[in-house]
Amino acid sequence: MSDPLQFLLRMGDNSLVLGHRVSEWCGVAPVLEEDIALANTALDLIGQTQLWLGLAAECEDKGRDADALAFHRDVWDFRNLLLVEQPNRDFGHTMMRQFLFDAWHSLVLAALKSSENSDIAAIAEKSLKEVTYHLERSSDTVIALGDGTEESHKRMQAGLDRLWPYVGEMFLTDEHDLIDVTALRPAFDELTNDVLDTATLSIPTDNFTHKGGKTGARHTEHLGHMIATMQFLPRAYPDAKW
Amino acid sequence: MSTNDWPLWEIFIRGAHGLSHRHVGSLHAPDAEMAIKNARDVYTRRKEGVSIWAIESSAIAASSPEDKGSLYDPADDKVYRHPTFFDIPDEVGAM
Repeated sequence: MSDPLQFLLRMGDNSLVLGHRVSEWCGVAPVLEEDIALANTALDLIGQTQLWLGLAAECEDKGRDADALAFHRDVWDFRNLLLVEQPNRDFGHTMMRQFLFDAWHSLVLAALKSSENSDIAAIAEKSLKEVTYHLERSSDTVIALGDGTEESHKRMQAGLDRLWPYVGEMFLTDEHDLIDVTALRPAFDELTNDVLDTATLSIPTDNFTHKGGKTGARHTEHLGHMIATMQFLPRAYPDAKW
Repeated sequence: MSTNDWPLWEIFIRGAHGLSHRHVGSLHAPDAEMAIKNARDVYTRRKEGVSIWAIESSAIAASSPEDKGSLYDPADDKVYRHPTFFDIPDEVGAM
């Protein structure tokens, strides 16, 4: 098998960046129940990050650990998808981003469960249980809000229109990917068509795709700001313990 | 949107197989399915349960506190209703 480091960074950075984004709702979500549910999702993702980046650090073998990778790399070293670094905007937009990522994430983890690398297979198996719930929850919310009031429908459609150009990157593959993500597209389309159709939302017909997140070639301007906030504490107080 | 638009649900959690469901609290949700999902997130974060029941609070019939005299006081002096006059063999275990 080829060196899995790049792939592990991709998996870990996806869950790190989305986990941080989702955690930004903590204390300010529209209702208490959603606030707790979002915090749980964020914590699941950060927990997965510890596993992926922990394994990446072992694999890199340069004396760094998961924390060093999360808090002491700069924006050009991140390998996450452009989708997950997009800002939260409104609640509908956040849930649409979550749904599109969860749909992809669940398929990727299901494929990784049969990886020849037993560490990767174990992380995938543990994570998939969490992500199955994330997908159930985000699908329900997308349907409820898409097929809800005029205002909620408008916001969900706006979220889908804005985020759709970031979907294509999830299925671009290269030599660093341990699985053929392109092959997962039909299953993704089936799943998302079904939910978005029930939600009375229309998938944009333009298939233009932003790319450059997972290769690190070109992140959007949002990632640097997010990382500045996320990394401030451990950089300003390197020995902080809590 | 505020949770005022959503009905209140009473949540019951079974802590382990063999135990009964116990009332743990209440929450707001638009329907029964979301009530169970919200209960999962609000009340089982620390592995508290293996089963969740949700029931709309408005569906619960409750006794009135004012009736407590007639409902409960008569039981005060009926000590013979307690099964404390039997010797229970140790082998029976917890009852």
